[in-house]
Amino acid sequence: MSAHPDPAAPSASLNARAKLAVTAGKAAAAVSRAAGRGSGSVIGGRVALKLDPDLLRRVSEGLDVVLVSATNGKTTTTRLIAEALKAAGPVVSNALGANMPAGITSALADSGEARFGVIEVDEKYLNMVARDTNPKAIALLNLSRDQLDRSSETRMLAEKWREGLAGTEAVIIANADDPLVTWAASSCKKVIWVAAGQAYKEDAWSCPSCGGVMQRPDEEWFCPSCGFRRPQPHWALQGEFVVDPQGNPWPIRLQLPGRANLSNATSTAAVVSVFGVHPQIALQRMESVQAVAGRYESVLVNGREVRLLLAKNPAGWLETFSLIDPAPAPVVLSVNALSADGTDTSWLWDVDYERLVGHPVFVMGQRKLDLAVRLEVAGVQFQVIDSIQQAVAMAPQGRIEAIANYTAFQQLRRDVATPN
Amino acid sequence: MTDSALRLIWIYPDLLSTYGDRGNVLVVERRARQRGLQVERVDVRSDQPVPTSGDIYLIGGGEDRPQRLAGERLRQDPGLGRAVENGAIVFAVCAGYQILGHEFIDDRGERTAGLGLLDVWSTRGEGKRNVGDIVAEPDPRLGLPTLTGFENHQGVTHLGQGVSPLAQVTVGGGNGTGEGTEGAWRDTVFGTYLHGPVMARNPLVADLLIKLALDVSALPPADNTWYDALRAERIAAAQTAS
Repeated sequence: MSAHPDPAAPSASLNARAKLAVTAGKAAAAVSRAAGRGSGSVIGGRVALKLDPDLLRRVSEGLDVVLVSATNGKTTTTRLIAEALKAAGPVVSNALGANMPAGITSALADSGEARFGVIEVDEKYLNMVARDTNPKAIALLNLSRDQLDRSSETRMLAEKWREGLAGTEAVIIANADDPLVTWAASSCKKVIWVAAGQAYKEDAWSCPSCGGVMQRPDEEWFCPSCGFRRPQPHWALQGEFVVDPQGNPWPIRLQLPGRANLSNATSTAAVVSVFGVHPQIALQRMESVQAVAGRYESVLVNGREVRLLLAKNPAGWLETFSLIDPAPAPVVLSVNALSADGTDTSWLWDVDYERLVGHPVFVMGQRKLDLAVRLEVAGVQFQVIDSIQQAVAMAPQGRIEAIANYTAFQQLRRDVATPN
Repeated sequence: MTDSALRLIWIYPDLLSTYGDRGNVLVVERRARQRGLQVERVDVRSDQPVPTSGDIYLIGGGEDRPQRLAGERLRQDPGLGRAVENGAIVFAVCAGYQILGHEFIDDRGERTAGLGLLDVWSTRGEGKRNVGDIVAEPDPRLGLPTLTGFENHQGVTHLGQGVSPLAQVTVGGGNGTGEGTEGAWRDTVFGTYLHGPVMARNPLVADLLIKLALDVSALPPADNTWYDALRAERIAAAQTAS
């Protein structure tokens, strides 16, 4: 979402090698697009980074960079921050969710006249991207189990963030309700703590500092062994209001549904305040965001309304269950286990599918049989199907809530886009 | 099992529940209830004592530091050892399996004492981490069909004279010693590297634990349609990939 997209001309401040790298990257991206392999931003960035490994640093020079990382909600929050920051100046962002160094480089190479670079970063690459882009602000939203067969274990990730961010000059905007995020941020110089909530707590029972068993009375948390505890928040989500550091409540009126997005809006208000954007202005601008990369989008399939919801890990499923229409609204579940999803489906057992009792449920995707066993044990009535069209034909009345994990979601978007 | 309810104890969900280990608890519970049994489930956090009166104890996998903490806390708690002396059934997965042995390598790279409930000891593998679908043929004495699971571990577990391998690997790494063994068992104590979770992929393992707890040789039939479909798919997928 470049403010002034000008794909032909790399920024004037880049030297010859960097310009060559950017141009070669764009050529590769164009070839990739022409071959029908997606937007090409990742391959373009990869080619460019290979020609000039220093390119990420160069392309981010002159931008006020904001990094956003988390296991949940980073794409949506990046979008909300980008929207809110436009109140202060033109923004460039990797809005399509290409969140590893190649995709980020590619997005920033198109920065044009932008003043701000709002960048979603894969949690495993945060330290590297923070080192190269000299960010002004870094938002750390949450950390919970995600794709354990290929990424770092959750607590290790918090430890790596802590080591990598210890010396940063950036203002850290961190979720005080998440003990792992708090641990990661608490060695930083400048931290704005946000009480943004934490729905999924199963990765936060063991103290990240000493290993003690965490106590969690009400909204507080603390370790009785070492005293590590929830910091006093500057900003807070209370009901459907953002409460600013002066204690003023500002109503959140989003088109995006669910508690998680109220949380994302609260973090966004805190982030953009660093750049002088007033929470009221920020929240007004956030109201315009409808769907983010297809998430939360309602589509018509054979005349039936289907809402597309993405849930990639136990925390995401939990948040999603809390926003779907009540039973007996029909629900479609689709799960894949490709490399981008994580090939281990054991996480299905960390999700409370028991909450779907009473909904007519349809399961599909590559790993529909894993889902079938999970739902059988949960005591949920379900039918195994092969396509969303089949669900539409079989489902009783009401909007169909279709929840899918990463590649299953992409597949679902393609399936509903095809005229049938 | 001495009175009306099957007592199912889940040890340390706060430390050892990283890979869907809750699934094993849910499947054992579900299959016991389907057979008309009452189930009393107790989740024991690592700041609570392990009860000695359980029938089945389940222990899951975890990261390296939680594994060390769990080992330290269980070593100081006589509960599990006493339960085993009384004939209780223990089934442990991955990090939990290593804890049942004599020693394992902790997050600091040090050799750490385990519980010695299984005659095994674990070292850290030099080679590639074992990640992926695994298929293994179980010890015939257990009366189980082919085992399927997902493994994800760097650890290598060596078996002493006091245990038998749970299974022989046909696809995957298993104990990782190069001898093709997977897991270990003796009497009523079992350890495995299989996630998936293992009970969801192999419901007859859950049934075996229930039969041992009830001291019966058979259970009323249960509907295995979806389990069998999943098993067939995963075994075929593992064999195709290998």
